[in-house]
Amino acid sequence: MTALKHLLSIADLGPGGLEDLLDLTDSFVEVSERRIPKVPTLRGKTVVSLFYEESTRTRLSFESAAKRLSADTMNFTVGTSSVKKGESLRDTVTTIEAMGVDAIVVRHASAGVPWQVAQWVGASVINAGDGWHEHPTQAILDCYTIRQRLGSLVDRHIAIVGDVKHSRVARSDVQAFTALGATVTLVAPPTLLPPSLVGWPVTVSHDLDDVLPKVDVVYVLRMQRERMTESLLPSLREYTSTYGLTAERARKLSQHALVMHPGPMNRGVEIAAEVADLPSSVITRQVANGVAVRMAVLFRLLGSGMELAHG
Amino acid sequence: MADIALVLKGGTVVDERGSRQADVAIDTDGAIAAVESSIDTSARVLDCGGCIVGPGLVDLHTHLREPGREEAETIETGSRAAALGGYTAVVAMPNTEPAIDSAAVVRDVLEHGAKALCQVLPAAAITVGREGKQLVPMAELAALGVRIFTDDGNGVQDSRLMRRALEYASALGITLAQHCEDEGLSHGGHMHEGEWSSRLGIPGIPAEAEELMVARDIVLGRLTGAPVHFLHMSTAGSVELIRQAKSRGLRVTAEAAPHHFTLTHAEVASYDPVFKFNPPIRGDEDVAAVKAGLADGTIDAIATDHAPHAQEVKEAPFDEAPCGMLGLETALSLAISQLGLPIDRVLALMSWQPARIAGIQAPGVVAGAAASLCVIDPTAQWTVDPSRLASRSRNTPYAGRAMTGRARHTIYRGEPVVIDGEAQR
Repeated sequence: MTALKHLLSIADLGPGGLEDLLDLTDSFVEVSERRIPKVPTLRGKTVVSLFYEESTRTRLSFESAAKRLSADTMNFTVGTSSVKKGESLRDTVTTIEAMGVDAIVVRHASAGVPWQVAQWVGASVINAGDGWHEHPTQAILDCYTIRQRLGSLVDRHIAIVGDVKHSRVARSDVQAFTALGATVTLVAPPTLLPPSLVGWPVTVSHDLDDVLPKVDVVYVLRMQRERMTESLLPSLREYTSTYGLTAERARKLSQHALVMHPGPMNRGVEIAAEVADLPSSVITRQVANGVAVRMAVLFRLLGSGMELAHG
Repeated sequence: MADIALVLKGGTVVDERGSRQADVAIDTDGAIAAVESSIDTSARVLDCGGCIVGPGLVDLHTHLREPGREEAETIETGSRAAALGGYTAVVAMPNTEPAIDSAAVVRDVLEHGAKALCQVLPAAAITVGREGKQLVPMAELAALGVRIFTDDGNGVQDSRLMRRALEYASALGITLAQHCEDEGLSHGGHMHEGEWSSRLGIPGIPAEAEELMVARDIVLGRLTGAPVHFLHMSTAGSVELIRQAKSRGLRVTAEAAPHHFTLTHAEVASYDPVFKFNPPIRGDEDVAAVKAGLADGTIDAIATDHAPHAQEVKEAPFDEAPCGMLGLETALSLAISQLGLPIDRVLALMSWQPARIAGIQAPGVVAGAAASLCVIDPTAQWTVDPSRLASRSRNTPYAGRAMTGRARHTIYRGEPVVIDGEAQR
């Protein structure tokens, strides 16, 4: 495959690139299971995380991945930085690059910021979530987790349930799941779907009970409480009763079906506490795989020409 | 009779009266002395061979940024950009800091405008501070010569207030111009709502946010009998509403901006805020409807919505960046090359029709009229280089784009302010 400079969108990868990263992740899962889960592959490289939005889990996952590859890490926290003093995005990014970094992991509440950053710097840019737009490493780890449990995504049927409209996870997952051969059904009230689904390779349902028995994976999205104030829903209670994965609903799933969630969960809202803890739930597995997937991504972007040391 | 100072030779004169081969002599008082088939002269001659000699262009929608945002544009730099674009008059929008909402600010803009390279016609806000609460002293400002009132940048949300504003204005011979945006529907949006906003994850502004206010103001215009001008119409639905209103004989006029007949929301996929506009660039069917509206007379004027912004504020995340682009130096080329209209229709849309809406005398190329003229080379080939634009800002989405047609000379009140595409001061 051609050298990958940035990871901004799932579309940057294509099915081949996605399969390649999943295969590479196998090696890093193996590394993660060692007594000392660390390889010297990216020694001398510097990875900075530039998070304009709070996200402890994604930031820690990237930092952990970089450290296991022996890269140096820097953490730019917006709350304590010059951004508070009114520094522009471009100036901040230019300053960070001047310190000599090889990769910038960006999270921002505005869609498109990683694309802008990639135009301004020579370093590799990894999109760790931009607004409602994309979260490619989450989608890769979701694919990896499904492949790990079900063998392959080909001809699998995946329901993505909940607030698709505001979800960067859903936008990346739809592209990744379908690129690997799965069929996707979005299940949500009309107010939580994007205004247009032109060009989206999906079907839509407003009836979760009808969809559940037919799927191999039910992917539950986080329901943010502020949606109530935007008149998108009458109440969380009504949402839970119509679109929540309750224990009763979960019984409609077939034996082999997986329950997934990108976290953090609102137990009792979009997913019942006992469903999250069922054996069919792979939510913790997703988090564990996240580190290995991000190791694979960093290796692919920064380790060009290097062989992965085995053993 | 004053001496001849300048003769425009060898061009084709085009104005509301029609088209003819003629030379144009301009006297030392800045008036047109003669328009004749051939004028022999010892006075200064500007070659107009192969060119159209038309009345100066009039822009109904220019943000000159002065007072308050002089780092982005000034009356001087904006008027130079206007002259280079073939304009001899621009309506200066009132969303300055402070807003043009009092006699003092109107006088200030007029005073600076008197030294500019084109006529500067201040528009005033409808409400104090453009806050949508209290009417500005319309009679006092009208007495200073203000003919257009608008809260542009904001639509007047309160229907009762808008009704009162129209009623009050109807006695003053002025026109209220609306930025049509129902903020309840547009709330939080940064681009056209549709296929691209859904894919790009950017909050959208539905076409209906504009159409709702167009519809409201058409009926408020009917209720009050006052004329209403609709700024920067961007949707197929708006064009249709205005077409219906005109067919019923209502006193409505409308303008469209070049970006709304040349660009679509697909451009936003670059996430470059140079493509961020309010109203946003929309779909192919909207572009087609705006073009059709310009062709069939539904839309009366092409107006630039020239909106300079300093580089540093346009290099922000898309959600945070301000809206708008530089328009004065590219509008004529885009109108000539993208609309497929004959040059006399282009001039109608850019000169005498907007002049009437602005409340100034419709310019003509006739003896006795003020010599404010635009000499257009309709086949000139040039490439947009942001660093060469006269504006103080650089935010054009057409950087590097090949253009056809350009203002070659611009004469403002007898003074050749632009000769062969170069500003003379």
